[in-house]
Formats: sequence, structure tokens, C-alpha cells
Amino acid sequence: MAKSKSTREDRTYDAIVVGGGHNGLTNAAYLAKSGLRVLVLERRAIVGGAAITEELRPGFWFTTFSYALSLLRPDIIHDLDLVKHGFMPILMPSTFCPKEDGDYLLLGQDHGENHKEIERHSKHDADAYDAFNHDVNKVLQAIKPLLDEVPPDIFSDDPEELIRLAALGSRFRRLDRKVLHDAVRLLTGSAADFLDDYFESDILKGYLASTSIIGTKVGPYSQGSGLVLLYHLLGEHDGEFGAWAFHKQGNGGFTKVLARAAAAFGAEIKFESPVEHVITEGGRATGVALGDGSEYHAPVVVSALDPRRTFMELVDPRELPTDLVDAIRRFRFQGTSAKVNFALDGVPRYPALGDRTDQYRGFTNIGPSMEYLEHAFDDAKYGWYSKRPYLDCAIQSTVDPDMAPPGKAVMSCFVQYAPYKLRESDWDTEKQGLGDTVQATLESFFPGFGKLVLQREVRTPLDIERTVGLSEGNIFAGEFLAPQMYFFRPAPGWSQYRTPIEGYYQCGSGTHPGGCVMGAPGKLAAGQVLKDRERGRLRGVKVGGGGAGARGAAARDGNGTGRTAAPAAARG
Amino acid sequence: MIRTTPFHERTSALNETGLWEHWSNCLVAQRYQMSEKFEYFAIRNAAGMFDTSPLYKYRITGGDAERFLGGVLARDPRRCAVGHAQYTLWCDDRGFVIEDGVLLHIADGEYLLTAAEPNLAYFQGLIGRLDATVEDVTEDWGVLSVQGPYARDLVAAVAPQAKDLGYFGIVRAKVAGVPVLVSRTGYTGDLGYEIWAPAADAVAVWDAVAAAGKGRGVIPFGMTALYMARIEAGLVLLDVDFHSSRFAWTDADRTTPIELGLGWMFRDLAADGGNGTAASSNGHDGHDDRAFIGAEAIKRELREKTSRWQLTGLMVDWRDYDRIYDAAGLIPPKDHTPIQDEYYVYDEGLNQLGYATSQMYSPMLQRHIALARVPLALTTPGSRVKLELPVAHRYEYFDASVTRLPLFNPQRRTA
Repeated sequence: MAKSKSTREDRTYDAIVVGGGHNGLTNAAYLAKSGLRVLVLERRAIVGGAAITEELRPGFWFTTFSYALSLLRPDIIHDLDLVKHGFMPILMPSTFCPKEDGDYLLLGQDHGENHKEIERHSKHDADAYDAFNHDVNKVLQAIKPLLDEVPPDIFSDDPEELIRLAALGSRFRRLDRKVLHDAVRLLTGSAADFLDDYFESDILKGYLASTSIIGTKVGPYSQGSGLVLLYHLLGEHDGEFGAWAFHKQGNGGFTKVLARAAAAFGAEIKFESPVEHVITEGGRATGVALGDGSEYHAPVVVSALDPRRTFMELVDPRELPTDLVDAIRRFRFQGTSAKVNFALDGVPRYPALGDRTDQYRGFTNIGPSMEYLEHAFDDAKYGWYSKRPYLDCAIQSTVDPDMAPPGKAVMSCFVQYAPYKLRESDWDTEKQGLGDTVQATLESFFPGFGKLVLQREVRTPLDIERTVGLSEGNIFAGEFLAPQMYFFRPAPGWSQYRTPIEGYYQCGSGTHPGGCVMGAPGKLAAGQVLKDRERGRLRGVKVGGGGAGARGAAARDGNGTGRTAAPAAARG
Repeated sequence: MIRTTPFHERTSALNETGLWEHWSNCLVAQRYQMSEKFEYFAIRNAAGMFDTSPLYKYRITGGDAERFLGGVLARDPRRCAVGHAQYTLWCDDRGFVIEDGVLLHIADGEYLLTAAEPNLAYFQGLIGRLDATVEDVTEDWGVLSVQGPYARDLVAAVAPQAKDLGYFGIVRAKVAGVPVLVSRTGYTGDLGYEIWAPAADAVAVWDAVAAAGKGRGVIPFGMTALYMARIEAGLVLLDVDFHSSRFAWTDADRTTPIELGLGWMFRDLAADGGNGTAASSNGHDGHDDRAFIGAEAIKRELREKTSRWQLTGLMVDWRDYDRIYDAAGLIPPKDHTPIQDEYYVYDEGLNQLGYATSQMYSPMLQRHIALARVPLALTTPGSRVKLELPVAHRYEYFDASVTRLPLFNPQRRTA
């Protein structure tokens, strides 16, 4: 298939996607499915961005960064035929929360058993747990549709946008007043305040509050942590809100599935092809130039990178409106999470459970109280990593035995807090110090842990930035703070995946709804590209006018409704 | 008085839930741990161990054993050489299915045949003057089913002779010193084996397999996980997806093999009519000219295309599913628990077309799926039907599309 000589013709596509992370792949797959000739340019030699799985020791597969699946939009699974390409989210049937006094909270799949387990810590909290879940599920039910829609543009006078805004208002007006109030409390308040309304048990509150800090520089007592909590609970596994799954072969296994799906629809993926900049002519994008000077051309260029790279690096900020540049400059990244992954000689023992090991079939949550989490945050506030960090651990080989040789284990530990900027030091100096701190913390809960360690891999925020390209190592491509969400993600007026440069789009996690291997930005951005093509909004692009355009039209006809091809357009 | 299986010493220690089902008057675990879904994932992603001992087992011997079986079984047992097994069924003289089972040709003139219900009187009554004996050997064997991607490794570890066993092959082996039969069979639609061990020594076989699976995520699974796997695999279950013609009251409760989607069993029977499928290419030297019970009726059904319906798969349209639940103010449930009960299938105008007999949410396929009987005109994959299900205390009609069985069919199953 390789051609001896590249001509301009075979470097011309209908769309070029910059970055082969999960959103770039999702975007490319949707565009290709609609008949566009799509090229994905990936800087590294593998797809996946932060969702990769690497065999860093023979037989041991590490989920180097991203490590579980929950928020992935279910329509992507079906629209892109992911099951056919190997999509396989495996149930994680339990959550294990060790306590510092040697006790623990172990929640599983049986409702009655969970009651009794919670009652060991607080009889009061057993039905409170049901009430909490019921109340929160009501909020999640109300909010969830927002994840699958392009946010209305509140700054636009376009009648269509005004109608969408009215529809949004009317949806919330119809809500039960308690549900709306709970939603606002979660969206604006602290997780601690919300949890204190229901519970008295430290371990239960610690477990639930852990979700309120993930990836964000807030503590459970900070205003804004409620939003992070709510965001994570919006995920689902097989219809259950807040449940996580482990994809076969980790999230790297998942992005390989996405890449196969994109390729099956005809998208082409080029590796080791770092895009240096987007080529613009007369205010519109016409292609991209790579670091080696080579060029690829397309009337549509979609950046799957974060907002800083999308607006400040791939294009010249001088081509952009000042207020946008200013908003992006002020967009908060401040990565605060790290990973420490282990190859283990076996599964650790928890003294109170003797030789039992089935407690490790889901997350092991080292965050035994809200105070523990807040103390961990205190260190970060003043520019240092936590002395006793919050750890979200998963011994993934217990769920997918192919991840490690028989009898051995791989363990992924998400670590917080590890601020990108350290006070009077740097991550190259402190990297192993963080690893030691994490290992010491684990040793304190699992005596003898250190003896099991065959290999330790530390990934600081700086490593995340260097390897994956996420600015300041922020795992969500920009923090989950209210002024950076929905209408405002990534900047006021630019939350609909377009940019001021015609033909240049954004689809990374820095756009609505955000990160967490959700795929929604990639999907929704594809919908916008297709909508603009349909409306002839892209100059120089003729739909059905021959060549690739004709293919696109034919494919849409084949779909019948076009619903799967452009979900955002269909709903919008 | 409830009985136990030859593996009970192990299964009872492993069953953490205290939940048991009664299968042919034997205790079998419904699930061993709180999450049957986790057991199901062991089948699909590692390997699971299942105690299938309560299944009825008949030993058929004698110089005329093959002739006897050839007259009773609808699928040609002459195609089942020594060292091979065959999924088969037996019909009444009107071509209605009585039961299905697996025939194992273990030696010259010696077969084993499994069945869900007692059939001894029926079989013995058909021997006539033939040199054939049918005995019930159900309790002689403990049968351990090992199912899932790791099954070959596990079986090879305990019985190296079975390493290269082909799909539906049988081999004699020794596991932990115990002489066993290993068949590459199962009821999960996955790569799988069944180890037939003398009942008295069965526990040693369980222990050997469990030891081989240690540290690899191999766990025992119960009936619920088995049912999940079998629905995905499109494997029919007596008294759920069909009923024994012997005990049905009316023909509405009877079914022919072709209606069950098993017409492929009769490729060689098609000399005088045919079912429209291409001729068999497996090198058999002739047509199936046996006069087995039901042959004439089956030939007529093939020739005249008189099947009333066919069992097929359904996949529920997920958007429609979510839409209906959303409209009812409910969070769309995705419950993997198998529903082995009747739900009706309609056309767009809500005229009843047929009915579903088994359904569930499939975690592997990420869809609600069903096994359903639909008219022949609708068996083309992609045909649209409506599946009736109760939502918020009233019936709703969900878009579903007809899908060929098996719904889940990994390459490793037969590779």
C-alpha cells in the first residue's frame, strides 16, 4: 500500500485529528463513519494518550496513567460498534476501604450485606446510605442528559441557541424542588457539607468524599468538591450510576478497541507524527505542519489536545480574540495527581482479613476519613505532596488475570495530592520521594507490602505532562471548577467545539463535558463538524459535490436517519 | 430427601452465599459468591468451574448400539466416530422434539448420552430385538465443567492428553491418578471442557483443576452465571425455550428441531427436499437415509416449509430502551439476571408475532438480548419487531432487531 512518493493529493483529507487519545479516536471514528476521509496524527508510537497499558516488565501490564472506566458514554459503545472490536468492561464487584486502626469497610454487590457492613461502623448510616444514593441518583438522572449535548451558547443571539437555552431552563424548571436544590448544593458546595447531612461514620464519609477530590486541587471541605463528586458519580457501569469497570487489558485495551473501530470506519492513524502547528489561510484552517516540515491538508482540523495547546501552541494566539486568549491563559490546570504502579510478587494481606484476598476485586480506597483527605490536601496547598496521601488502588490482575503472570499481581495507585509546582524543589528531584511516601503509606496498611514489590513505576504530574502532553499534568485537561465547566469549558463563548478559526475545532477533555475517558467531547465535536459541513458553513467544502464529499453523503443516506452519524445535531 | 453431587464436599465449602438450587433433586450452587456477574466474567475472561453432575447420563452398549441410536436420535450418530461427541436430540414420530443432549462415543459399541430429564423407560421401550442395552449411569459420574479462555491451559495442566482435543472431541486421561473422560463440550458457548470422573474419586479431580487455576482468577460458578452464558450462546433449555413433546398438552407447546433453529442437523437428510442450505461439505459418503423417529415428519417440514416459526436472537434497541424508561421517569435498568419466562413479540401494529422465552442484559454484548420465536418471514437478521416488557406497571413495546444465534460466539470456542 505504501506509495513511493507523497503527492499533495494523498496528503489531503476531509479532516485531520491532532492527537490519538480517546477523544481524538472517538472524534475520528464518528467522522469516518459519516464518510469523511480522516487522518489522526499521533505524536507517540501508540494510541491512547493517557489511556494506555504498557508491559513494563515481562508479563506485567501497567495502566500507566488512566486506570478504570465509568463515564464513557454508552451511545459511543453502540454507535461505533465497539463490542465487535473487543469492548469488554469487566465488573469490579467490591470496594475495600481499610482504616488506620486495622478495621475496614468492604462494600460489595449485595444490598443486605452492605447494610450489615455499614452497621458495623454506624447503625444510623445503613439506611442513610440508601437515602444518599436515592437522592444523588435523582440528581444524576436530571443532570445526565447534559453530558450528551452541546452546551447552548449563552452569548449568542442565534434563535436556535435561544431555543436550546430555553429548553435547558425548562428542563430544570420541571425538576422537583428538592432535586434541584440538591443539584445546586452539589454543584456549588463542598462534599463534606453534603455528606455530613447523611452520615456519621468517618470511614463511609471518607470513602464517598474520596471521589470529590480526584484530579482536582480541592479538599473535601473546599467549596467545589461537591461538583467533582457529582461529576464522578455520573459515570455508570451497565446502568448503575457511580460504578466503575475495568476494561479488558486496562484503559489501553479500551483505546485499542477505539482505534480498531476508527480504522474499521476508514480513519487512518499515523504514529510518531507530532503536529507542530495548524496551517491557516485567510482565517481558516487548511491543514497541519509536522515537526519535520511535512504537511497534511484538510478543510477540517480537530485538536484533541488540551485548551492551552489547542489555542496557544497549535495556532498563533495573535490570530485569536484577546478575550479568548486571556481566558485560556487563566484556565486552571495545576495538575495535582500522580500514579505509582507496582508489579507485585503476590497479593498483599490485610491483617484483619487473614488470608482473604477477594476484597481486592475492585478499588482499594486509602482515604479513611474526610479529615485524612483534608490533611493530605493541606500539604498540597503549600506546595508539597501529601505526607499521607490519598490512594485509589486497584490490583487489576484480580479482575483481569491476563494483566500479570499466574500468582503475581499488578497494582495501580492513583495518588493525591502531588501538585505540579513544588515549593523550592522539582519533580525530577522528588520523584522517588513520592514513590517512597506512597509505598510507606501502603506498608502502614498492609504490613509486608514492601517485600512483595518487584518493580515500582512513579509517574509525577511532570511525567504526565512530558509523556502524554497534558499541560501541568492535569488528568482532565483542565480542572473541574465551576468557572471551567459547561458554558465556560474551555472559555466563555467557545464551548461548542468550534474556534474563532474556521475549520479548526477542539475535541479534547478540556471541552464540555470534560475528562475521565468519557468520549463525549470527541463525539459532540464530530457532531458539530458534520453539522457545519451539512450547512455549508465551511467555506470551500461542498457536500455531495464529488470525491470524499459524495462518499460522506452516501454514507449518511445509508444511515437512514443520520442520527448515529451526528448525535449532537439530531438532539440539538 | 435432597441429595448432593460427588463434588459437594468442595462446592459446599466454596458456596459463601448459602444459596442452592435443586437440580434433579441435587443441591447445586445458585452462586458461590455475592456477585454472580463476577462468576460470569470468569467464564468470559479467565475460566470457571461448574458442577454439572446432576445431568442424567445413559450408557448405551451392545453390537447394535449405533443402530439403536440411529433409529432414536434425530442427528445421525454414524457421524460420531469413537473419540467424538455430538450435540443431538430425539423427536417423536411427528417430528417434535422430546429432549436434547450430548452423545459421547467413548468406545466401539459404547456410548454415553446426557439428558435433562429421565428417559430410560422411553429408550428401553425402543430397543426391541436389537442387541443394545441402555442403563442409567447418572450417579456413577461426577462431571466437572471447565469453561472459559483459560480452560485449555487448565485441562492441559491436569490431563496433557487433552491439550489438542478438537471441538466435541473426547479423550481418556488420568487426572490426579483418576481415570477420566475429557470431552470438549459445555453449555456456555465458550472454550470449554467437561471432565467425567468416577463419582467416588471426583473430588481429587476438582482439586487438581482448582490447583492448576490457582492465582489465575479461576473460580467456581453457579446456575445464574451458567444461564447468562447459555443465553448469549443461544443454547436452548428444556422447559424454558422448549418443552418435551412427550409431556406437552398441545402442539402449541411442542417444537420441531427446525423451529428451534437446529435445521443444520439435517443437512444430509435433505435428499428429497432440502432446507435450502448448501450441501454438507464434510465428506460424508452419502445421505442420511436412516428411518429414525420423526424422520418423515422432519423431511416433510423441510420440503414443504411448514415450520410455524423459528427460534432466533433478539437485540433490543438501546436508544428505544433508554427512551422508554426515561419517559417513565426511571433510570434504565441493565440487569444481567436471566429472565427465563415468556414475553410477547409484536409487529409495529402491535399484532402478536411470537414470544421470547429467555432474556437478559448481556454485559459482553452491552445490550438487552432475548431468545425468541418469530415467524419465518422475520428470521432475516435485522428484521424489526417489538418486545413487550412491563415498565412502571404497564406494558411498553421496545424496538428490537432479529439477530442470528449465537449472539456471543468467540473464535476460541471452536478453535
